[in-house]
Amino acid sequence: MLQSKFIETVVGVFIAIGLAALLMLSMKVSNLSSLASEDGYVIKARFLNIGGLKVRSPVKMAGVVIGRVTDIYIDEKTYDAVAELTIDDDFNNIPEDTSANIYTAGLLGEQYISLAPGGEETYLEAGGVIKITSDAVVLEQLIGQFLYSKAAGDNKGDL
Amino acid sequence: MNKLAHWGQAPLEVLQVLGRYGLNFFERLGRGHIFMAYVLMGLKEVVQRWQLVVIQIFSVGVLSFVIIVISGLFVGMVLGLQGYNTLVDFGAEESLGVLVALSLVRELGPVVAALLYAGRAGSALTAEIGLMKTTEQLSAMEMMAVDPLHRIIAPRFIAGIISMPLLAAMFSAVGVFGGYFVGVGLLGVDDGAFWSQMQDAVDLRDDIFNGVIKSFVFGIAVTWIAVFEGYDTVPTSEGISRATTRTVVNSSLAVLGLDFILTALMFNE
Repeated sequence: MLQSKFIETVVGVFIAIGLAALLMLSMKVSNLSSLASEDGYVIKARFLNIGGLKVRSPVKMAGVVIGRVTDIYIDEKTYDAVAELTIDDDFNNIPEDTSANIYTAGLLGEQYISLAPGGEETYLEAGGVIKITSDAVVLEQLIGQFLYSKAAGDNKGDL
Repeated sequence: MNKLAHWGQAPLEVLQVLGRYGLNFFERLGRGHIFMAYVLMGLKEVVQRWQLVVIQIFSVGVLSFVIIVISGLFVGMVLGLQGYNTLVDFGAEESLGVLVALSLVRELGPVVAALLYAGRAGSALTAEIGLMKTTEQLSAMEMMAVDPLHRIIAPRFIAGIISMPLLAAMFSAVGVFGGYFVGVGLLGVDDGAFWSQMQDAVDLRDDIFNGVIKSFVFGIAVTWIAVFEGYDTVPTSEGISRATTRTVVNSSLAVLGLDFILTALMFNE
C-alpha cells in the first residue's frame, strides 16, 4: 500500500512537471503573452508594393511596436496591396495625415510598417485609411535605377 | 548446363522470397491493426482500473524522465553553441533564442524525445510483454478469463500516449534553458533580446501546439509498435531479443517517417 502511494505521488509529480513544461513553453517561449493584447482597432494602408511584408509583421511608431499587420490582400479594382493594421486600443490618437512606410529591420531583417505621425487634430478611427504611404524598397529596382542612371551619365560624358 | 538451370530458376526464387516478405509484412500490419482494435475495446476497463495506468506511467514515463531531461539539456546547449558560432558571423546572435526555441519545439523536442523513449521505454515494454508471453503468463490470464489485451496491453498503451507529449515538452523546455545557459550565460548574448525575439517568432498554435500534436502521434506509434511486437513475440529467448530489436528499429523509422509527413502537413506555408 505504501509503495502504491509512493508511485502515485511520483507519477503526480511527473505529470505536474510535464504540464509545467508545457505551460512554460506556451508562456515564456511563445507569443501567448503578446496575444492577449491583440484586440485593437483596424486601419488600412494601401501600397503599390509591399515587398516582404507579412501577416504578423510589426507596426511601429517611433520604433515602438503599437500593433501588427493582420491581413494583406489585393484590391481587385486598383491592383493595390491593402494591408490591414490592427493597432492596440491604447494608441487611439493617430493623426489622420499619418504616413506609413515599409522599412527593413537591419540589412537582412524582417520588414515592418513604420508610422510617422502627422499634425492633424482629427484622429484615425477603426476602418480609417492611411493616405500617405511609401512603398517597400526593392533592392533590384534600386540597383536597376542606379545602373540606368550610371549608363545615362556615361553616355552624356561621351557626347 | 547445371548452371544454366540454376540461373533460369533464380528469378522465380527471388520473386518468391519477395512475395513471402510482402505477405509477411502485410499480415503483420493487419494483425497489428486488429490487435489495436481489441486493445481499444478494453478502454472501459482501463478507466475503471485507473491504478494500472498510473503504475505504467511510472515505469514508462517517470523512469524515462532523467534521460530525457539530460539529453534535452545537452541538445539545447549544443544548439546554443553551434547556432551562436554561425549567427555571430552575420551579427545576428540575438536570434539565437529563435533558433534554439524553433528547432526544439518544432522538430528536435518531439523527434529526439520519441527516439529516446523508443530506446528507453519501448524496448522495455516489448521485453516485458514478450517474457510474459514466453513464460505463459498471458495464457494463464486467459485461463482465468482475464483478457490480457485489456489488463496488460491497454494500460501500457494509454500510459505511453500520456507520457510521450509530457516528456517531449520537458525535453523542449529544458533544451531552451540549455541554450539560454550557453548563449546568455557563457557567450554573452543579450538576455532581453534572447527571450523577446524568441517570443516574437514562436507562435503558440503554429509551433507549440503542432509540436504537441507531433509528440502525441509519436507516442501512439512507438507504444503501439512496442506492445504489438511484445505480444507478437516468438515465445523463445531468441524471439524476445528479436522482438526488442524490431521495436527499436521499427519505431525509430516510424517516428522519422511520420515526422516528415507531419512536418510537410503542418509547416508548408
